[in-house]
Amino acid sequence: MDAFTVLDGLVAPLDRANVDTDAIIPKQFLKSIKRAGFGPNLFDEWRYMDQGEPGKDSSGRPLNPDFVLNQPRYQGASILLARENFGCGSSREHAPWALFDYGFRCIIAPSFADIFFNNCFKNAILPVVLNENIVDDLFIRVFKQPGFMLKVDLSVQTVEFPDGEKAQFEVEAFRKHCLLNGLDDIGLTLEKAEEIKLYEKRRRIEAPWLFDPVA
Amino acid sequence: MGQQTLYDKLWEQHVVHSEDDGTSLIYIDRHLVHEVTSPQAFEGLHIAGRKPWRTGSMLAVPDHNVPTTTDGAGIDDPVSRLQVETLNQNCNHFGIAEFSMADPRQGIVHVIGPEQGATLPGMTIVCGDSHTSTHGAFGALAFGIGTSEVEHVMVTQCLIQRKSKNMRIWIEGELRHGVSAKDIVLAVIGEIGTAGGTGYAIEFAGPVIRDLSMESRMTICNMTIEAGARAGLIAVDQTTIDYLEGRPFAPTGESWEKAVEAWRNLTSDDDAMFDHEIKIEASTILPQVTWGTSPEMVTDIEGYVPDPNDYEDPAISDGITRALEYMGLEAGTAIRDIKPELVFIGSCTNSRIEDLREAADVVRGRSVAPSIKQALVVPGSGLVKRQAEAEGLHQVFIDAGFEWRNPGCSMCLAMNADRLKPGERCASTSNRNFEGRQGQGGRTHLVSPSIAAASAIAGHFTSVEDL
Ligand code: SF4
Repeated sequence: MDAFTVLDGLVAPLDRANVDTDAIIPKQFLKSIKRAGFGPNLFDEWRYMDQGEPGKDSSGRPLNPDFVLNQPRYQGASILLARENFGCGSSREHAPWALFDYGFRCIIAPSFADIFFNNCFKNAILPVVLNENIVDDLFIRVFKQPGFMLKVDLSVQTVEFPDGEKAQFEVEAFRKHCLLNGLDDIGLTLEKAEEIKLYEKRRRIEAPWLFDPVA
Repeated sequence: MGQQTLYDKLWEQHVVHSEDDGTSLIYIDRHLVHEVTSPQAFEGLHIAGRKPWRTGSMLAVPDHNVPTTTDGAGIDDPVSRLQVETLNQNCNHFGIAEFSMADPRQGIVHVIGPEQGATLPGMTIVCGDSHTSTHGAFGALAFGIGTSEVEHVMVTQCLIQRKSKNMRIWIEGELRHGVSAKDIVLAVIGEIGTAGGTGYAIEFAGPVIRDLSMESRMTICNMTIEAGARAGLIAVDQTTIDYLEGRPFAPTGESWEKAVEAWRNLTSDDDAMFDHEIKIEASTILPQVTWGTSPEMVTDIEGYVPDPNDYEDPAISDGITRALEYMGLEAGTAIRDIKPELVFIGSCTNSRIEDLREAADVVRGRSVAPSIKQALVVPGSGLVKRQAEAEGLHQVFIDAGFEWRNPGCSMCLAMNADRLKPGERCASTSNRNFEGRQGQGGRTHLVSPSIAAASAIAGHFTSVEDL
C-alpha cells in the first residue's frame, strides 16, 4: 500500500449528506475482478449524462455540467470535502478504489459510515472527521475561493488552511502507523500466528463445534 | 465479572490479542464468500503465494450476478460470467466449499448460511457484504467487511477491530395486525436515522422480539446496517435452537448438547449496561413505506410525502427536495396515491419461506393490477424455492400474475438482468432505496412482503385490510 504522510491538495466540495457507496461506484462496475481502473466511473450516474457500462470507454461520454467534479476549477483535486455519513450503504471496497484511482487521497467530512471509513485506511486514503461547523465553514470557503487548497499532515494530525489556521483531527494509533508507513496489515497479523494458534487450541476444547468444517 | 451485554460476551470470547489503544485481533469462526467482493482478495493470495488459514471455516456461493430466469444454466453477460467462473476456479483451487449455480442449495449468501446451519450462535461471522448483519439474529457477532479484510480473514482467520459501543432497542407492547418485522426495522431507522447506529452494535430485545420467528429476526438484523450499525444482535432462546436443530452443518449428538448448553448463555445479563437505549411501543408502528432515496426517508401507509418547506434546517429540506425530484413525487401526496409500476418480492431481507407465505396469503385468489408492468417473486435460495413449491405458493403467485423466478439477489441491486428502467417506480421488499440501486434512474419504495403484495393487487400502495 502507498504511504500517506503530508498532502497539499486542491479541495473539491460534494455538498450532500448520506452519499452512499452505490452512488460512489454503481453496481455494474462491481463485476470487475480487478482492483484498479474504477476512477473513470467514480460517481458515474452523477457525472455523465448517459448510462455507464463496464468496459465502455468513458473519455467521449457526455458529462453532466452541473456535477461538481466536472467543473474546471476542481480538476486535479485530491481532497474531497463531504457531508455527514459519507460512504454509507454497501461494503464495496470498490468505492475507495474508485476514489483513489480518480486521484483522491483524503476525504474530509463531519462523519463517515463505519465500513467505508475502515476500507479507506486499507487503500491509502485518509478519512478525516472534522466538526460540523468547521466543515460548514470549509464549504463556504471552497465555493468562494477558486483554487482553495488544504494541507493535511497525518503525523501531527492537522488540517492547515491557507491562512495558516489549523484544525486537529483524531486518528487511531494503529491505523496512523500503518498509513504513515504504507504497511499491509496481513503481514503484521501473521507475526502473531503463534498467538492465533494458541487461541484456536483453547477454543477447540471450549467450543469444538465451531471447528466442524463446512463440506 | 461484571454484568455483560451479549455483544460484550461475544467480543470477549473472540479476542486473540489486544493493544493498549484498544485495537484488537478478533478470531473469525465463519467466513461467507460471494463472487463480487472476493476476486481481488483471492488475487492477493495468488500474488503473495498465500493460502487460506482454515478453508473449513469458509462457505462460498454466487448470488449477486446470477440470472433468475434460467435454471443453473450459463450467464449471458460475459462480465458477470467471468466473475462467477472466477469464484468457481478460486474455490476449486483452494478447496473451499461452494454451492455453485447448478447446486440446488444455491441462493443469497445471507439466506443459505442460516438455512444450512453454517450460521451458529456464538460465532463471529463475516462476509464481504454489509448485510452480514443478518446472521446476528442467531446471537452471533456478524458484520460486513471490505475486500482487503476478506483477504485478511482468508489468510489469518482474524480481523483487526475495535470494540463498538452497545445499544439496545427494546420493543414492547402489541404489534398491530398486518405489521411485520420489516415495518419494525423501517420504523426504527425512521426514528434513529441511517447514521443513528454508527459505532454501535445494536441488540434488539423485548417481548415483541422474543415472539418473532427466526425469519423475522433475520429481517430486522439484516437492516441494522441501514441504521448505520455494522452488527445487529438478538439473544439466543428456544426459537433459535429449534430453528437450528437438524440443519446440515449444525452440530449433532453430544456436540449438539454441549453447544446448546453454551448457547443458552448468549443473552445480555439482566443488569448489563448499554451506552444507549431506545424503547419502542409496538402498537405505534403501522406498515411502513419509504418515499425517498435513503431508508430513513420513511413514513407509514397512512402518511404523506413530506414538504421540504416544513423544515428549517437547509440540509434536511435540500435533501428532501432532491429526493422528491429523483423520486418524481410531489410534496403532500398521500402514500396511498403513489402507484408503483413494478413489484419485487425478494432479497436477503425478505425472501425466506415465511416472507413468501406472507405475500402469498395476500395475493391468493386475487390478480395483479393491470397497471403493474412486472411483478417478480425471487426466492432467497433453491431450498426456499423448493419449499414454496411444495406448499403450492408458486402457483398462487403465478395465478395472480407474478413471475416465479430462480434464487439470487436479482432486482435488489440489479447486477443481473432484473432491473428498473429510468423513471420506473417499484414497490420492493429489499433494503436500499438509494438512487440507481435497482437500475439507473429507478425509483424504489421499500415495503414489507404483505404491503408489496397488496400494492401489486391494488396498483397503488395500500394496506392488506383495505384491499
Ligand atoms: S439481496 Fe441485495 S442486499 Fe442482500 S446480499 Fe444480495 S444484493 Fe446485497
